[in-house]
Amino acid sequence: MISTDLAILLPEIFLSLFAMVALIAAVYTEKDGMAGTLTWAASAVMIAVAVWVLMSGGNDRTAFGGLFIDDGFARYAKVVILISAACVLMMSQEFMARRGLLKFEYPVLVVLAVVGMMLMVSAGDLMALYMGLELQSLALYVVAAIRRDGVKSTEAGLKYFVLGALSSGLLLYGASLTYGYAGTTQFAGIIGAAGEGEMPLGLLIGLVFIISGLAFKISAVPFHMWTPDVYEGAPTPITAFFATAPKIAAMGLFARVLHDAFGNATGDWGQILALLAVLSMFLGGIAAIGQRDIKRLMAYSSIAHMGYALVGLASGTEQGVTAMLIYMAIYVTMNIGTFAFILSMERDGRHITTIDSMRQLGSREPVKALALLVLMFSLAGVPPLLGFFGKFAVLMAAVDAGMTWLAVLGAIASVIGAFYYLRIVYYMYFGDESLEPVEGHMSPLTFGFLVASAAIMILGIVNLFGVDGYAAAAAATLVN
Amino acid sequence: MTVADFAFYVAAFIVVVAGFFVVVSRNPVHSVLWLILSFLSAAGLFVLLGAEFVAMLLVIVYVGAVAVLFLFVVMMLDVDFAELRGEMARYVPLAALIGVVLLMELGMIYGAWASADGVAVAGSLGEITPVNSPNTGLLGMVIYDQYFLLFQVAGLILLVAMIGAIVLTLRHRTDIKRQDVLAQMYRDPAKAMEVVDVKPGQGL
Amino acid sequence: MADFFTNTGFGIVLLTVGQVLLLVVPLLVALAFLMYADRKIWAAVQMRKGPNIVGVFGLLQSFADFGKYIVKEIVVPAGADKAVFFLAPMVSLVMALIAWAVIPFNDGWVLADINVAILYVFAVSSLEVYGVIMGGWASNSKYPFLGSLRSAAQMISYEVSIGLIIIGVILSTGSMNFGAIVAAQDTGWGLLGWYWLPHFPMVFLFFISALAETNRPPFDLPEAESELVAGYQVEYSSTPFLLFMIGELVAVVLMCALVTLLFFGGWLSPIPGLPDGILWMVLKMGFFFFIFSMIKAITPRYRYDQLMRIGWKVFLPFSLAWVVLVAFLAKFEVFGAFWARFAMGG
Repeated sequence: MISTDLAILLPEIFLSLFAMVALIAAVYTEKDGMAGTLTWAASAVMIAVAVWVLMSGGNDRTAFGGLFIDDGFARYAKVVILISAACVLMMSQEFMARRGLLKFEYPVLVVLAVVGMMLMVSAGDLMALYMGLELQSLALYVVAAIRRDGVKSTEAGLKYFVLGALSSGLLLYGASLTYGYAGTTQFAGIIGAAGEGEMPLGLLIGLVFIISGLAFKISAVPFHMWTPDVYEGAPTPITAFFATAPKIAAMGLFARVLHDAFGNATGDWGQILALLAVLSMFLGGIAAIGQRDIKRLMAYSSIAHMGYALVGLASGTEQGVTAMLIYMAIYVTMNIGTFAFILSMERDGRHITTIDSMRQLGSREPVKALALLVLMFSLAGVPPLLGFFGKFAVLMAAVDAGMTWLAVLGAIASVIGAFYYLRIVYYMYFGDESLEPVEGHMSPLTFGFLVASAAIMILGIVNLFGVDGYAAAAAATLVN
Repeated sequence: MTVADFAFYVAAFIVVVAGFFVVVSRNPVHSVLWLILSFLSAAGLFVLLGAEFVAMLLVIVYVGAVAVLFLFVVMMLDVDFAELRGEMARYVPLAALIGVVLLMELGMIYGAWASADGVAVAGSLGEITPVNSPNTGLLGMVIYDQYFLLFQVAGLILLVAMIGAIVLTLRHRTDIKRQDVLAQMYRDPAKAMEVVDVKPGQGL
Repeated sequence: MADFFTNTGFGIVLLTVGQVLLLVVPLLVALAFLMYADRKIWAAVQMRKGPNIVGVFGLLQSFADFGKYIVKEIVVPAGADKAVFFLAPMVSLVMALIAWAVIPFNDGWVLADINVAILYVFAVSSLEVYGVIMGGWASNSKYPFLGSLRSAAQMISYEVSIGLIIIGVILSTGSMNFGAIVAAQDTGWGLLGWYWLPHFPMVFLFFISALAETNRPPFDLPEAESELVAGYQVEYSSTPFLLFMIGELVAVVLMCALVTLLFFGGWLSPIPGLPDGILWMVLKMGFFFFIFSMIKAITPRYRYDQLMRIGWKVFLPFSLAWVVLVAFLAKFEVFGAFWARFAMGG
C-alpha cells in the first residue's frame, strides 16, 4: 500500500535523494570544489524531473490518504517551478563562482527548496501545506544570507527569517482555527465544512489568517515590507531565484487552498483577494518610481505583478485560474531574462545595480539593449508583446467574473507601472553620456537566456507555445 | 472531588500562574524558570489526559533540552532588560489597544461559535480511556503510517536547518593547532623517544 | 481497612505517602553507608585508612558529617539571587529522588508501574541539570558560573547517547516498562540471557555516559578542583551543600540501578535454578557502585574538549548506528529471539 503511495511521490523522492547524495559527495570529497559541478548537475536533474513530470500525465492521483495530490494543476506548477529554478541555477553559477560565493551547499539548498515547493503545490492537507512551505522557506532564508560576511546579505536573511516566521505563525493560527471549526485538516473535508451556504465565522477568520500568511509569501501588499530589502540585500542570483520559483509555488498553493478547501465560498475570499490585488498593483507601480536600484525596482515590480496574478485568482473562476497560471509562466520567463541582464551589470569588476549605470547601453551594446527593451516593454504590458497577453487574460477573467471595476483599476495601475519600465529604456537610449557606463560582462549562457526570453516575448504572441492549453487543462483539474 | 480532579486543578492553576510570571518577571532568567514550571505542569495535564508518551516527550524535549539552551542564552546575554522595558513602556497603550481588540474579537468568535457538523468538540473528550491505552504504539502507527510523508518531510526540514546552521556559522580556522587523536594514539615510544647513552663529561 | 486505603481519597494519599517513605528512608540510609564505602574504597586504592574514627571502623562517619553540615551556618554570597540559590539544591535532590518512583526492586515491587517508565527516568534525569545551572548562576560568582555552563553542556551531550542506547533496549523488548524489560531478559539461560550480551558494546557506552551524566570522575569537570575550585558548588555551604551532595550520590545510585535493570537482568538470578529476588538486585547495584568508586580512584580527569569530542563524535554516531542495526536484527529476528525478545511469545 505504502509503495503505491511512494510511487506517486517519485519525482520528489528522487530530487531529495539527489540533494542528499550531492551533499554527502561534496562533504567527503573536495567540498566547495564540487560546487560548480553540483550546480550543473542540480540544473540537469531538475530539468530531467520537469520532463518526467510533464510526460507522466495521466489521471489525478492522491497519496497518503489525500495528503498529497498529483493532478494536472500540480504538474503544471511543478514543471514551471523546476524549469525556472534550473534556469536560475545555471545563470547563477558563473556569477557566484567569480565572487567566491559558490558553496556546495547552494545547489543542495536550492534543490531542497524546490522539493518544498513541489510539496506545496501538491498539498492536500493543511499539515502537508505547512511542511512544504517551511521546507521551502527555511532553505530560502539560508540562501538569502549565504554571503554571510556581507552586512546586507545577512540583514536580508534575518529580515526574511523574522518576517517569514511571523507569516508562518499567522498561517498556523489560521490553520488551527480552520481545523478547530472544520474538524479536519484535509482540504477535501474542509470544503464540506465550509458548506454551500453561510460559512461558520471561525472558519472565515481562519481563512483570513491563512490568506494573510500566504500573502506574505507572495509579497502582496500590505504584507510586502520585506521584499525590497531582501531583494536588494541577497546576492543577485538569489534575488533572481526569489523572484521566480517561490512565487509560482506560493501562488499555486494559494490557488490550491482557495479552490480545494474553500471552493464553495468564492464570494468570501474573492473580495479579500481583490483588495490585496488592487493594493499590490498600485503600491508596486507607484513605489517603484522612486527606486534607483534595479534590484529594489524589480522587487516592487514583482509586488505589482503578484497583484495582477491575484486579480486572476480573485475572479474565482476556472478562467481566472487559467489566466493566473499563464500570467505566472510569462512573468517567470520575463524575470529570468531581466535578471540575466542584471547579473551582467558590473563596473571595474564590481557588481553594480544602480539604474543610472545603464545610460547609453543602446549605442554600445545594441543587442543586449534591444533584448532588454523588449523585456521592459513586456513587463510593462505594452500590446504586441507577451506580457500584454498575460495582463489581458487576468483582466478579462475579472471582467467575465463580473468584477469590471477590478479590471479597470488593473489597467490604470499598469499605465502607472509602465512609467518606470520605460524610464529604463529611456536611460538606455537617450541617457546622459557624461556618466561612467556599465561594462557588460556576460557569459554566452546568460546572454542566451536574455535573448531567448526576449525572443519568447515576441514569438510567443503567435500561440503562447501552447502553454495556454496546458494552463486551461491544469485549471480544469483544480476547479470543478 | 477525586484525586484526579484535584491534580487537574493544581496543574492547571500552576500552568496559568507560571505563564503569567513568565511575562511579568523582571529577570529573564526567572522568566525561563517559570516557563519550565509551566511546561512541567502542562506535562502533568497530558498525563491526566492519558497521553503519557506526549507528556514525557514534552519534558525531555522542551524542558530537558530546549529550555536548557534558552537558559544558556539568557544567562549569557548582556542585555539591559530594564532599559528595554523602559523603551517598551512607550508602546504599552498601543499594545493594550490591540490586545483589547483581539480579546473582543475572540469574544465575538466565542459568542458565534458554530462548528461544522460531525466535529468532535471538547465535550466529547471525556470518552478517552486513560487506563493502559498503549498510546506510544498508537502514536507510532499514525506517525509511521498515515503521516509517513509528513514525518519524512519534517526530517528534510531538519536537514535544511542543519545545513543552514553549518553554512552560516562554521568557519574553518587554519591558524590554530588541532589535536589529532588518531595520530596521538598511533604514536609509540619507539617513534617518539630515543635513548642516548651520554658519556660522563662529554655531553652530546 | 484495605478498602480505606484503596477507595477513599485520603486513604490513597496516605498509602502513597507510606510507600514513598518506605522507599526513600532505606535509600537514604543506604546512601550514608555508600558514601562511607566510596571513601573507604578510594582510601584503599591510595593505601590510606580512610574514615575510621566515628563508630566501629568509622561506619558512622557519614552520619557525623550529616550532623556537621546541618548545624553549620548557611552563607549566602552578596548579590546572589536568593530564591534561585536555595531552589537549586532542592531541585537537585528532588529530581534525583523522584526518579526512583518507577524503579522496581523485585517483580512488582515498584511505586508507580507506568507504561513509559524508561522515558520517565530519562525525562527526570534530563531535569537534573537544572540544579547545577541554577546553582551556578544564582551564586553570582565566576567559578560557579563557568562550572554550571560546562555541566549543562556535558549533561545534554551525554543524554543524547544515553537516550539512543535506551532505544536499543526498548526495540529489543517492545516495551518501556522496567518490569517488561527484566522479564524479557529471563530466558532460562541465567546470566547469558541478559541484555549485556545482545547489546554488548552499548553496556560500556551506557556506563561511561552515566559517569558523564552524573558528573563523576573522570568527567567531573563541573567541579574540577584544579581549575574551577569546586565548580557550581563553590558558594554553597551547610545544608544546601549537603543537598547537592546527596542529590549527586542518589543520581549515581540511580544509574547503578539503571545499568542493572537494562543490561544485567535486574532481580534475576545469574545462575539458572537459584531463586530470583531483591537480593540480586541489591548485589548487582552494589557491584556497579564499587566500579563507580574504583573509576573515581584510578582515572585522571578528562579535558573539556576531549569530553565533548567523545560525546558527539564517538558515542553519538556509534549508538545511532547501533539503534539502526538492532532495529534490523530485531525486525528480521536474526538468531531467533536473541535481539527480538518481544517475539519470545511470553
